[in-house]
Amino acid sequence: MAGNAPTASEYVVHHLTHLNNTGHAQANIVDWSVINLDSMFYSISIGLLTIFILWLAARKATSGVPGRFQGFVEMMVEMVADQAKGIIHSAESRKFVAPMALTVFVWIFLMNAMDLLPVDLLPRIWEGVYAAGGGDPAHAYMRVVATADLSAALGMSCGVLLLCIWYNIKIKGLTGWIHELFTAPFGSHPLLYPVNFLMQIIEFVAKTVSHGMRLFGNMYAGELVFILIALLGGTATMFGFVGHIVAGTVWAIFHILIITLQAFIFMMLTLVYIGQAHESH
Amino acid sequence: MNLNATLIAQLVVFFILGWFTMKFVWPPIMKALDERATKIADGLTAADKAKSDLALAEKKVVEELRKARESAGDVRTSAEKQASKLIDEARAEASRIITQAREAAEAEAGVAAQRAKEALRDQVAHLAVAGAEKILRREINTQVHAELLANLKQELQ
Repeated sequence: MAGNAPTASEYVVHHLTHLNNTGHAQANIVDWSVINLDSMFYSISIGLLTIFILWLAARKATSGVPGRFQGFVEMMVEMVADQAKGIIHSAESRKFVAPMALTVFVWIFLMNAMDLLPVDLLPRIWEGVYAAGGGDPAHAYMRVVATADLSAALGMSCGVLLLCIWYNIKIKGLTGWIHELFTAPFGSHPLLYPVNFLMQIIEFVAKTVSHGMRLFGNMYAGELVFILIALLGGTATMFGFVGHIVAGTVWAIFHILIITLQAFIFMMLTLVYIGQAHESH
Repeated sequence: MNLNATLIAQLVVFFILGWFTMKFVWPPIMKALDERATKIADGLTAADKAKSDLALAEKKVVEELRKARESAGDVRTSAEKQASKLIDEARAEASRIITQAREAAEAEAGVAAQRAKEALRDQVAHLAVAGAEKILRREINTQVHAELLANLKQELQ
């Protein structure tokens, strides 16, 4: 790092600050007037890439001998279809839920995979562009892993929550579902109604928060480790250089497992939660 | 690590992407997969059928061969029978012809002998008459004794 380089702490904070519509880091924990432009940009572009890839395979899908690309996409489709079939027993619901799960799997996998790009690559390019546009590069924030944004991860898990509520009402009827909210899991007795309801609400909140938090936490931690490894290389010593290469390689290889696993877990939990919405207590 | 409107936006994107996949990606791929599964199942069934057909055909071939061999044996047996019958018939015919010929020859020979006998008898009669004439030149009148001579000839027969 050069003379006017940021300190380690500044470097980390810079990397963990989102590019949002206000131009500076968000001050409050919750602020609905702020939107993270970098997360939206990467998640929407990667989302479009996801459906484009899937659409490419679907467009040329034939019942004849599949090519490698078609075979690859079919493998994923069959994997998701099998899982969905095992978890959700309503064929009607699967018509939407299974494609949803496939999209979620591929989309989250690709968003996670952004973590494998060199941690400074896109932010540094953005700093150059920002500076060329007359901005202060110190305020050129850019985070490339959309799933390491708590809002994005919770946005997706809230989507799953909405689906759960929708299918609860669709399968059990509005009155049936409300009845279940007050009578399960402990039983139908007026004294137990509040307890049951409280338990149900806690269950829904816990499911949704843990669903989003799990993805966010893993990706955020992974990103932070990459930043720290980059800092190690930034010491510009022989130890730092070798350490950067060794640790970076090991962590990146390990991270391939994590990004795939987290995408798979998110997909499976989506199916499981929606499957639970189909079951009566 | 803050919550903001990104959450709402991401939620909307989530549903749009899911809807797109449901509409344009999932059905054609599932259709292709199902069709291929049907095709493969049909192919397997056809292969099984071909196999059993082949086994059946082989069995039939063996059966036909056995039949052909049997009928060839029958044909040979009957041909042999026929041949021996023909030979027997020919033999019988030949012996019949031989017998006939011999009988005819014998009959002919009998007739010839008879004729020769008769001629001989005639001659003997003539000779006898001639001899007698010579001896009894005078006493015997041919016209008178013709009846006598005829009786004599008759007796000699």
